[in-house]
Amino acid sequence: MSPTVNANGVGRSSPKAYLADEGRWESIDRVLDRRGPWTDEQFVGGRETKDVLRSKAKILVIGAGGLGCEILQNLALTGFSDIHVIDMDTIDISNLNRQFLFREADVGKSKAVTAAEFVMKRVPGAKVTPYHGKIQDHPPSFYLQFDIVIAGLDSISARRWINATLVQMVDEENPDSLKPLIDGGTEGFKGQARVILPTISSCYECSIDMLTPPTAFPICTIANTPRLPEHCIEWASVLEWPKVFKDKKLDTDDPDHIEWLYQQASARAAEFKIEGVTWALTQGVVKNIIPAIASTNAIIAASCCNEAFKLATTSAPSLNNYMMYVGNDSVYAYTFEHERRPECPVCGGESIIAEVGKDWTLEKLVDWLAARQDLQISRPSLAYSGGKPLYYQAPPQLHAATLKNLEKALPDLLIDGDEVVVTDPGLPFTLTVEIKYA
Amino acid sequence: MIKIWSVKKDEQAAAKKKPKMTAAQLRVQKDLTELELPSTMQTDFPDPADVLNFTLDITPDEGIYKGGKFHFTFAINPNYPHEPPKVRCTQKIYHPNLDLEGNVCLNILREDWKPVLNLSSVMVGLQFLFLEPNPDDPLNKEAAEDLRKNREGFIQNVKQSMRGGSVRGETFDRVLVS
Repeated sequence: MSPTVNANGVGRSSPKAYLADEGRWESIDRVLDRRGPWTDEQFVGGRETKDVLRSKAKILVIGAGGLGCEILQNLALTGFSDIHVIDMDTIDISNLNRQFLFREADVGKSKAVTAAEFVMKRVPGAKVTPYHGKIQDHPPSFYLQFDIVIAGLDSISARRWINATLVQMVDEENPDSLKPLIDGGTEGFKGQARVILPTISSCYECSIDMLTPPTAFPICTIANTPRLPEHCIEWASVLEWPKVFKDKKLDTDDPDHIEWLYQQASARAAEFKIEGVTWALTQGVVKNIIPAIASTNAIIAASCCNEAFKLATTSAPSLNNYMMYVGNDSVYAYTFEHERRPECPVCGGESIIAEVGKDWTLEKLVDWLAARQDLQISRPSLAYSGGKPLYYQAPPQLHAATLKNLEKALPDLLIDGDEVVVTDPGLPFTLTVEIKYA
Repeated sequence: MIKIWSVKKDEQAAAKKKPKMTAAQLRVQKDLTELELPSTMQTDFPDPADVLNFTLDITPDEGIYKGGKFHFTFAINPNYPHEPPKVRCTQKIYHPNLDLEGNVCLNILREDWKPVLNLSSVMVGLQFLFLEPNPDDPLNKEAAEDLRKNREGFIQNVKQSMRGGSVRGETFDRVLVS
């Protein structure tokens, strides 16, 4: 019996019949009905576990692009039914070769909304809630509602943001505040999937030093001795743009800006007899685009969703904690435990509570910190949690600008519960001091 | 659902308050407050509440550029230290490694930047350019050529340019301390 496929991509005769058919979970139920050799002690199996997976687990997918489409598909077909997806982008025609939840008619529409509609139509029983917007526009309370967060992002700054947000959300009074973050990433034929248990395992910021820095050519080469088409494009974007347009910021999403760069780069390439400057390469260089490979996305998304499944069902131990995949020359994968960095600015560091009197001055607080034997602090610099200096030891001008705060009474500077961030040459990390008035 | 909190309880490290500051800001606070600048370098913060945007003056006390005061702007974006700070010279100066728009050719500001480097490394690197101008990585080709072919002539050109004079038809900013 072959299923009929209609134009909407719905492959079964009726959603009702599909939903009634418990047999569709047959393969997945095999791992949920009995224990395996590595199954977690907590594993119950059977109805209860299936219930968690199929109706209780609330999962957030960040990004509905190359990885996001794969992730949403996998989650829905694995049996997750309460899926949420957030993406600020709209669909571009160049996405259609791999972002298979979108069609030509969808160009210009919200990725999150379109992806959610497609998955719901294609997989009866799956509920996908879209959010068209920036992750940064949602408060911690928004993220608190989910059980698991999966990120399929293409930006380092967005990853750093969600990582820091989930780490900061951890509240020892509230066990539910700890949200596992599954981070997937791809770059051409390479990719990685990792499981981050905020404040328990190594976080995204712990491994920031491992990232390959963005490709940059020596500025003197692009200015004087260009040899590659990329040198001509960087000459146009790095040197010519600010020279011609002064303070006007280059918008790499504006086709007119790319066109201008392309014209400039082409002229320079002709002058130096360099071939290969094209419009697409110009856009690729200035936006730092690395060609996306559909198979890499599929492999990484599969790994991410496998981890989400294991976390939700406890049917097998989860990835500990970093899987890298390299598909350039062969199919190579390596899994290792990335360790926490004690000096990590996000998950490292120490925190203490300072019980202070209302009559204390800032100077008294500084002296109190320096006197603590357990901290080894000698020249502490203090800032408000928003980053504004409260008292800096150096450089001289900031020291002078903040010196007058020392004699001020603490209640004039800080309210009860405020956090002060302390750095010191003796501390390899940062110290967070929470102010409590006696 | 996995009970992560039970994993957590086994860990020695109890939950601690984590700083709400961005990682870039934390790193800048650490970089700045541990700066030990020589008397030849001075920072200035137009807005002391904003530590991500500031200026640096370099007044070399030896070498060809002695007697000048060179002004740079630093702009640090939220991706610091994954990305280097953006540094420009605000004056038009005659130097093999700076162009007339204030772009600086210093490897650690671009292709050789690494997150383990810090603001101090960049500042020391900038000062080094004034002590040892490098004709092999030119941004101002004419100046580099002068330095390579005729060091004495180059020194005269530098003095001329620092007084606000012109070299090869190009007028430069006066940068003398006094």
